[in-house]
Amino acid sequence: MNWLALDLSLKLAAWTTVILLPIGILVGRLLAWKTFRGKVFVEAGLALPLVLPPTVLGFYMLVAFGGASPLGQMYQSLVGRPLAFSFDGLVLASVIFNLPFAIQPMQRAFEGIAVDVREAAACCGMSPWRILWRIELPLAWPGILSALVLTFAHTIGEFGIVLMVGGNIPGETQTIAIAIYDRVQLFDNDSAGMMSAVLLLISMVAISATYFTTSFVGRRHD
Amino acid sequence: MIEGLDVELTHEGDIPLAAHICCKPGELLALVGPSGGGKSTILRTIAGLSKPDQGKITCNGAVWLDTEKGINVDTRDRKVGLVFQHYALFPHLSAEENIIEALGHLAASDRRKRADELLSLVHLSGLGRRKPAALSGGQQQRVAVARALARDPQVLLLDEPFSAVDKATRQRLYKELVELRQEFGMPVILVTHDLDEASMLADRLCILRRGRTLQNGPPFDVMAKPVDKEVARLVDLNNIFQGYVIGHDADYAITHISWGEYTLAATYQPDFKPGKPVDWVIPTSHVILVPDDVDDESMVSAEISNVARLGDLVNIALTVKEGSSHPLFMTMPMLEAKQRNLKAGDRISVSLVSEGIHLMQP
Repeated sequence: MNWLALDLSLKLAAWTTVILLPIGILVGRLLAWKTFRGKVFVEAGLALPLVLPPTVLGFYMLVAFGGASPLGQMYQSLVGRPLAFSFDGLVLASVIFNLPFAIQPMQRAFEGIAVDVREAAACCGMSPWRILWRIELPLAWPGILSALVLTFAHTIGEFGIVLMVGGNIPGETQTIAIAIYDRVQLFDNDSAGMMSAVLLLISMVAISATYFTTSFVGRRHD
Repeated sequence: MIEGLDVELTHEGDIPLAAHICCKPGELLALVGPSGGGKSTILRTIAGLSKPDQGKITCNGAVWLDTEKGINVDTRDRKVGLVFQHYALFPHLSAEENIIEALGHLAASDRRKRADELLSLVHLSGLGRRKPAALSGGQQQRVAVARALARDPQVLLLDEPFSAVDKATRQRLYKELVELRQEFGMPVILVTHDLDEASMLADRLCILRRGRTLQNGPPFDVMAKPVDKEVARLVDLNNIFQGYVIGHDADYAITHISWGEYTLAATYQPDFKPGKPVDWVIPTSHVILVPDDVDDESMVSAEISNVARLGDLVNIALTVKEGSSHPLFMTMPMLEAKQRNLKAGDRISVSLVSEGIHLMQP
């Protein structure tokens, strides 16, 4: 069992989830309620990671994060370390790759809030922040939770992009999914099996927790 | 300072608006008209939820909207209480918490007490901890009213608030609304498509069609004296006919009109010039059965073409060949119709009561 890889995967998933929480709420809410020119293209762009092969997306990110790119150079000058083949780069890639998994469920959740309920909140004299905190988030919470769990579980299991952007550096970019691949290449099926089982367990617990919490939140409104 | 609410709106678009309405403190104004007529849009505009192309809204001297001056006060800063058609309660909060959310202007320590007072006011004491889903339609409506009143609004807006409850509950809620009006004394605007409801509750009716104010006045005036055929149809007056003005008799306060071969006495409306064509209308209740030998100027002979029961009343369609090709309708209590054994094909004499005949410009 490669605990270092598991620890790195959990850290990567946690950072991705934490970063995507506010982004998902902000963008999901915006897409749910606002109409603007080019909205379809924005939605299509955000859904791209769902259909694009991870290696293709990974390739573009590798080029964009590399030391020769403006982004890579800017990051190097600001932070003092490279973006490609680093944990930071993995987090950024993971955030981009998980955008649809985070935003789409949150968008659907916000769309599910009746317009007149939001209008009633404004008529009650509530501030936008209070409306968000007291009305919108509690009503959209099942969708937000689903989005977070999907993002977390998906990050832990991601392989192609992680390999392209991060490579396979133990303790820095080697996640558990890559470690499993590594073990299988070395015919170490016992370790690969153990790590696969752990990954399966984590995913199962996360998904079950979402279903349980969602049904609990749903019952609370009755 | 102008007391009450004054609204002037103009809007082009899917739901055009050309409306001017005002509502004094303590007055209940009912906006009545067909669906899609702009009633709810006007209410939403007063609340600041929709913005018209042009308009001005003032409430007790405060300008809420003035498109010319670029003033558009945010919804949360307009002190309006709005009861939505389907109540729009916050489903995850209890009845009490729903009300507390509208009490942001009070100190946090006073909010629960005030919410309990409001719950008591709408006869929901003891049910404050229930979620909306655990309340009946009538109870949800009461919570919505309590929440709307919680802000101490300067105007109360009711968007078809009785449409989603059963008849018995509706009657109770009518009574409670009348009590609340007396207690709060603010302008109240009620949107409804139910004429009976509007005429029972409102001090004034405003008839709207395609966002345009067609007529404005006390319920009886609007219902019995529509300004034109369009309003007459909207207030459900079926007896609309055409005739000619014969002349006016100021001594008897009567205007004579011709209707086919008949001469009828109508309400005195000297503005209509003799010899000119005129539209006239009469409520079904003002068409009364009379004996054949009675001496009545406005008596006409008719044949019953249809008898239809409507609850405790019967609606009788009459054919008056010498008057019009359109049927003349009358209503009478069901028992009376039964005693007289009225049926299709019978010939009867009816009098068109002059006080009920109202003339309109064609």
